[in-house]
Amino acid sequence: MSVLVFVEGFNGEIKKSSLEAATYGYQVAQQLGTSATAVAIGEVHEEALAKLGEQGISKVLYDADSRLNNFVADAYVKVIAKAAQQENAKVLVFSNSNIGAAVGAKLAVRLNGSLATNVTTLPKTDGGFIVTRSVFSGKAFAEVNLTSDVKIIAVKKNALEIANAGSGPATVEKFSADLTDADFAAAPKETIMQDTSGGVLLTEAEIVVSGGRGLKGPENWHLVEDLAKALGAATACSKPVADLDWRPHHEHVGQTGIAVSPNLYIAIGISGAIQHLAGVNSSKVIVVINKDPEAPFFKAADYGIVGDAFDVVPKLIEAARGLDK
Amino acid sequence: MKILVCISNVPDTTSKINFTGDNKSFDKNGVQFVINPWDEYALTRAIELKEAKGGTVTVLNVGEADAEPNIRKALAIGADDAIRVNADPKDAFFVAQQIAAIAKQNNYDMILMGKESIDYNGSQVHNMVGEMLGIPSIVPASKLDLIDDSTARLEREIEGGKEVVEVKLPFVASAQQPMSEPRIPNMRGIMTARTKPLQVVEPVAGETKADYVSFSKPEKKGGVKMIDAENAGELITLLRNEAKVL
Repeated sequence: MSVLVFVEGFNGEIKKSSLEAATYGYQVAQQLGTSATAVAIGEVHEEALAKLGEQGISKVLYDADSRLNNFVADAYVKVIAKAAQQENAKVLVFSNSNIGAAVGAKLAVRLNGSLATNVTTLPKTDGGFIVTRSVFSGKAFAEVNLTSDVKIIAVKKNALEIANAGSGPATVEKFSADLTDADFAAAPKETIMQDTSGGVLLTEAEIVVSGGRGLKGPENWHLVEDLAKALGAATACSKPVADLDWRPHHEHVGQTGIAVSPNLYIAIGISGAIQHLAGVNSSKVIVVINKDPEAPFFKAADYGIVGDAFDVVPKLIEAARGLDK
Repeated sequence: MKILVCISNVPDTTSKINFTGDNKSFDKNGVQFVINPWDEYALTRAIELKEAKGGTVTVLNVGEADAEPNIRKALAIGADDAIRVNADPKDAFFVAQQIAAIAKQNNYDMILMGKESIDYNGSQVHNMVGEMLGIPSIVPASKLDLIDDSTARLEREIEGGKEVVEVKLPFVASAQQPMSEPRIPNMRGIMTARTKPLQVVEPVAGETKADYVSFSKPEKKGGVKMIDAENAGELITLLRNEAKVL
């Protein structure tokens, strides 16, 4: 038996969240006294795959079929299921991304496995296989016992640190499943990538700068963008801002938007309704800037500034630009 | 067009979350339940498609009798009929099996639900149902339109962008903003909902694969450290030297 980790690429490099999944996979393999193999699909640099050895991955199965450069659930499931079978994998590890959660759910049916998404801890393996997952929109944790022979885990982003296991490079082996046209029936017609503020994906970002209605209009968004740029952060917004079309919906974080869990979340002009908190409460450090000292968000913050965004944010930008990298 | 919309009955977004019985179960005491907000996007879009193209919208809930007020609410918003599978929705796999069983009997053209439920946040059921039925699942979809009677065009959110997918019916899709603008039931809807059919069926044999053992709550934060707006730049220094996040 072995542990199999699915790693995702972005612009040819491996996503940070997948390095976290690789770390998780290696640590589970250590617990179980076995090795961790990775499977990668589509456009990823082979050097990046070999570097997974740093996270403790011994071997990478790589399917470079260019039809897989875009995510196609059925085709991805087939490749990963074949890899799982070949490696006799009993634990499959994904990042809790749209892709990881989707493929995980389909594999749970196909491999008759138990699935836990949003996982925040390594398993407890005495008397079961118990992992902790984030539930109730970050307001609670649940311990779940995965009872099937095959366990599938989607690891919550930024829940554990990427660890360097110090091994040599992983061997990269070419791999392919016998894909047919039917596997591409729901393939995307078209892919539209957004301008991701200096290449930082919101869901992968370690720092997020987010703006609310306190910024008064889309013409003032340069404050959010300039601070984000100075900090190497991604930008986000509150629900009212997306509803008013000041910013696109894919930037909306909150209960019915995207949930983020960065190391640092900076909220500018956001009052902190409970629905907004539900999307950001797993952030490690929260900074709130609001001119209303009664804004509920201050109760959930680690650092706060009561003041007008138009006075405060330029000072932050200046200070951030002055930091030595 | 026959559309199935799956809804779950979840604690209101503003609920305080507590647990009882040695932290082994969710404490429903004093909690207001609502239709899962993500499911409302699916429900509203289904009703819009029905209004434009004709057909029926059936609402399905796998849950106990206490979900019925919210099933009636879905009927009041505009669904035509409802099915409740009378079972405790113990885990995603079990729920997906129940939905798949209902779908097999009824040949729906599309099966819609929210991208996830705001209680267990699993985001599993839609893809499991698609896989069990052997039909595509488009998750999460932010737009859904019919091109003709047999083809739909959807937009799927991916990290860093979106994809346009054209797919033959039947399929499963999960909804997220901005697929639709949820509606509030009007008085006429509430009156007619009382007499719309709500069928209660017993579950098919299913299995659970993830047992919830216990719950806990995150540790409380240590309190907020305030920085004077005049010296706002000080924040950046604290974030680097004290919080160590820069």
